[in-house]
Amino acid sequence: MFDWLQHLADWLIYSTFNISAHSHLGEALNFFVYDTLKILILLFLITFLMGIVNSYFPIDRIKSFLSRNKLYGGEYVAASTFGAITPFCSCSSVPLFIGFVKGGIPLGVTFAFLITSPLVNEVAIAIFLGMFGLKTTLVYIISGILLGVISGVILSKMNLEPLLTEWVHNVWKQAKAEQEAFAAEKTTFVQRLPSIGREAFGIVKSVVLYVLIGIAIGAAMHGYVPEGFFEQYIGKDTWYAVPLAVMLGVPMYANAAGIIPLIQVFVAKGIPIGTSLAFMMAVVGLSIPEATLLKKVMSTKLVLIFLGVVTVCIMISGYLFNLIL
Amino acid sequence: MKHIKILGTGCPKCKQTEAVVKEVIDQLGIEATIEKVEDIEKIMEYNVLSTPALVIDEEIKIKGRVPMSDEVKLLLQA
Repeated sequence: MFDWLQHLADWLIYSTFNISAHSHLGEALNFFVYDTLKILILLFLITFLMGIVNSYFPIDRIKSFLSRNKLYGGEYVAASTFGAITPFCSCSSVPLFIGFVKGGIPLGVTFAFLITSPLVNEVAIAIFLGMFGLKTTLVYIISGILLGVISGVILSKMNLEPLLTEWVHNVWKQAKAEQEAFAAEKTTFVQRLPSIGREAFGIVKSVVLYVLIGIAIGAAMHGYVPEGFFEQYIGKDTWYAVPLAVMLGVPMYANAAGIIPLIQVFVAKGIPIGTSLAFMMAVVGLSIPEATLLKKVMSTKLVLIFLGVVTVCIMISGYLFNLIL
Repeated sequence: MKHIKILGTGCPKCKQTEAVVKEVIDQLGIEATIEKVEDIEKIMEYNVLSTPALVIDEEIKIKGRVPMSDEVKLLLQA
């Protein structure tokens, strides 16, 4: 599908700039040009597609779907899947949390949504597809959803309602009966397309710098770091590698756009993919800024339980990836 | 005189929204007050699930995205 881009990069670097394909510089530049173009194209296409999906499943509709339907366990999968397809900026996590709880959606289901949502997002999917191909991307999406489901189910079994802050309990009491109706947007699909396109373009624009930096560092490492370099330090058999990677990743908060190109290089140079994926999930899925926001609705103990359960689940999926990929 | 409120905890999208609204007000030359609501408890009183949200005269007009300036123009002229 992207052969033509590879030809373009080859032509640009090797023929036009006349840099040898066998030099480190040539290899690095070629990688940079090819990957940047490929990822920007994918990024636009996928954010556009997600924009379309989103205009059919606005968050209010998802909320009322989840609160109205009894799905016998399926609600965790539904919430988590919706979390994967709806983009929202991290500062919406508290309003979402409150809105869901208010709408009578169980805490565990709300958690399933909250966990998957940052973990699987359109930017990460696009870059994953560009850097690792379809199979790994699917594994990543499915495991992101499973992670939300499993963590959500575990959290729901722990009877955590008493650990919510007083404010949440007040909100709860006030709004028990209320089931707000949302105004249906009156614009047609075709009318919406330009604004979806503009939004997709805006998203691409807002991450392009991170993508460039990530790919540039990746490209430099690609050209200069020898094949299998990291293998001597962290291999598949290094049992502590996964927990270590996750522990390093949790306090870090980086844009998925910048971190994935780097991870691809780590993988290419010998770090097992499960370890790398676990690291990435820890970086994008869990963050200190988000945790401080959640403090508004959860007691410290609940925030820690929440982080702990998700961290353990990420570690387990890291080990699993190392086994199956 | 319109009373405009922008609900959002201070993320980049909320700031963009504010910039769009200010620009439109300047262009139209209408009188309006802009208030940024950053307190999450106040935000929740409006029942929004995702921010940023645009409130004009206590009515939620747009939520969860940065509006386009044309959109805001229409809303303010209405």
